Amino acid sequence: MYMFKYICKRVALMLTTFIIIFVTCFVLIKLLPVDTTSVGVGEDASKIIAQLESRGYTKPIPEQFVLYLRRIFIDGDFGIGVNMPEYRGQPVWDVFIEKLPPTILINIYSSLLAVPLGIALGILAALKKNKWQDHTISTTVMVFISVPSFVYASLLLFIVCFKLNLLPKAMNAGFDYFSWSMFKSMLPAVFSLSFGSIAGYARYTRAELTEVLTSEFMLLARTKGLTKSQATVRHALRNSMVPIFPSIIGEFISVLSGSLIIEKIFSIPGVGGLYLTAITAKDYDFFMMLSGFYLLVSLVAGLVIDLSYGIIDPRIRMGAK
Amino acid sequence: MKAQDYKISAEKFVFHSTGDNLHDSKLETKPVSYLRDALHRFTRNKASIVAAVIIAVLILFALIGPVLTPYTVAYEDVNYAFVLPKLELFRNLGIHFWDGGQTKEVNKITFDQYKAIEEEIGREVIMTEPKIVKREYMGKTSELYSFRLDTYNAVGAKYVLLTNEKYLELQKYQDEHNIQVILPITDPKLRPEAEQEKNNANIWYKTELGGGRKIQIVFDENGDFIPIYKANDGTDNYTSKMLWEGDSKLYNYAEPMSGNSWNVRVDYREYYTYIHLKTGDGIKEPSFIFGTNNAGKDIFVGLASGARFSFLLAIIVASVNLFVGAIYGSIEGYYGGKIDLVMERIIDLLSAIPFMIVITLLKYHFSVSHVLILFISFFLTGWTSMAGRTRMQFYRFKNQEYVLVARTLGAKDSRIMFKHIFPNAIGTLITSCVLVIPGVIFSETSLSYLGIINLNSGNLTSVGTLLSTGQNYLFTYPHMIVFPAVFISLLMLCFNLFGNGLRDAFNPSLRGTEE
Repeated sequence: MYMFKYICKRVALMLTTFIIIFVTCFVLIKLLPVDTTSVGVGEDASKIIAQLESRGYTKPIPEQFVLYLRRIFIDGDFGIGVNMPEYRGQPVWDVFIEKLPPTILINIYSSLLAVPLGIALGILAALKKNKWQDHTISTTVMVFISVPSFVYASLLLFIVCFKLNLLPKAMNAGFDYFSWSMFKSMLPAVFSLSFGSIAGYARYTRAELTEVLTSEFMLLARTKGLTKSQATVRHALRNSMVPIFPSIIGEFISVLSGSLIIEKIFSIPGVGGLYLTAITAKDYDFFMMLSGFYLLVSLVAGLVIDLSYGIIDPRIRMGAK
Repeated sequence: MKAQDYKISAEKFVFHSTGDNLHDSKLETKPVSYLRDALHRFTRNKASIVAAVIIAVLILFALIGPVLTPYTVAYEDVNYAFVLPKLELFRNLGIHFWDGGQTKEVNKITFDQYKAIEEEIGREVIMTEPKIVKREYMGKTSELYSFRLDTYNAVGAKYVLLTNEKYLELQKYQDEHNIQVILPITDPKLRPEAEQEKNNANIWYKTELGGGRKIQIVFDENGDFIPIYKANDGTDNYTSKMLWEGDSKLYNYAEPMSGNSWNVRVDYREYYTYIHLKTGDGIKEPSFIFGTNNAGKDIFVGLASGARFSFLLAIIVASVNLFVGAIYGSIEGYYGGKIDLVMERIIDLLSAIPFMIVITLLKYHFSVSHVLILFISFFLTGWTSMAGRTRMQFYRFKNQEYVLVARTLGAKDSRIMFKHIFPNAIGTLITSCVLVIPGVIFSETSLSYLGIINLNSGNLTSVGTLLSTGQNYLFTYPHMIVFPAVFISLLMLCFNLFGNGLRDAFNPSLRGTEE
């Protein structure tokens, strides 16, 4: 019951934060004049301007905000594209939905690769602490955590895709997301995304596990008569997973947002690329919707991580007195 | 028991010592100060020492790099675009690595063209003996020439448009220095018909149109090139003192153009030296240690000044964040209660705003320089973590007895805050300050890489811009991305190692654990 109350409080706090930032963002965007210069003249332009006017883009800002909310909740209408030629006049929401699958797929594949591999490497390093395996893993992990993703993405692109010609250089076009050739064309991006996470998980797991392995209950388990492997699997591993699971859950939520850099390098038709072009093209409806989306994803991910600590391990109830 | 049982008569009391003072025995060892202790722990960590040295080298590179080369960020010469990195030492020793050479595999026509450049300008263009290799492409086997090409000398000849005055000056320079700069002009009637080759100054030999509108070189019976220089008709007003194959009166050296100007065919390397000698900017000959990019800009000076900007920005951001964050954190940590609650909510709100939104909104609203926008957004989102750390330290120390003592003795709030409690936070703050620097550099690089922030102006560039232009030529000219990528990777790695070492050094609980 206490937990329920605590969760309610945290959710309410999160929503307040979201609303304040979103409204500020809305007001700041609406203070800017609608930029339709790139649309040009002619039938196309007058159509767009008529569309914008019917959405009330010339009314006072508070009124516009009410209209905006009404459109979102009643019609699911987030506005239309104005300045990006390929999405001009198209509903923002439809374009967004179209861009979501590649981003999600690539991030899910990379998490599926990163979580087991990272944890396995971390466990290996912790069990072989201060032996050559640990030194090798720790050094590699340090390198992959530090080196920016665009560096090893470029390296991968140059060596694997160009010199060795093993994988395609860019993601295939089209919507056939589950074909083999599409999967193959996603792989470079999946690898580049996963390197960083593998390193992160490995470092985290190693740190947690080494701490648990030296704790007193492990000694107790051994004196009780368990073999080293029994004690490690049953006691150490389970306990070391306590702080790791929340971060995995958090990662699965933030897969939605994707990576701007990786999407740019491998020309993935995803949300990140859309956000980037919307920012450069000054397409405000896209910017509002995507900013709200990113904000929500990051807030929810943070909240879930915080809460899951308490749910997984009853000893850490953050709100408890 | 009764009290009088313990009665001790006064005369039984004797003085323990009748000296002036009572002393504790003097400590045999020297006291170790906090900083000394930290330094001691830091120097035991080999990896962070190495990292610190590398960081120092990188900072030195950023500081004195632009001074070491005559090139500037504003410099560009599109004729020397895409030339490869060259170390004069390796070039002179004939080591075929980092010598400005590029291993090429080309067909016969292209190979002959390079050979013609070599013959015309008299400098080595083909650096190694060509090997013939067989390559299969789309089911056809073709013979290709594999060799190492000097990308500097391959520039060869260029047409330049000179006013009459400048043309005369150039003639004078040539006559005085006895250097062949002006090459005989080719006969317009005999120039290649193919549109793309019409203005190629390097074609001084007879060609004909082959299949697919490509040129075909015509050789004489000995297999030599047949020159197509324009015979002297006296229109160029110049008799070169330089002897081109023994007789200067054979050829024309310039083509009259409209507006009293001349189209002159020059040996571009010599012309480059001449032009830079005239401007006096210290550039003697084209030699780029990191090569040039697509616009012919020097990558070395671009990287060094980009790095200098990054370091400067990062240090300023870190110190401003430290200053504001420390004061804010001290106030909320010290006073606690309602003040803390309100101030904490502000921090929660600020730290929840995604960085991308801040920077985009700033960019939309203010048309000021992007440097300022970067700085403001780093500040807006960055100082909160500093405040959080300071606040935590204040919560740990503000209820300790020595603080109570200080307050009892009448110390003012500000004195307790900054004299008594704040020094405890210095270790953590220094560590996080150092770790802010790579974070800022990384964000700045990513943002300019993504093109959200454009720092490219006359004499400013950023590592991110270098990386993103390099990315476009990744498969053809990888040298453009290699140097910025190595720089940023090395920087990040070393700062992480250095930061880890620093964190351990400032952690007093690790005292004596290694011994």
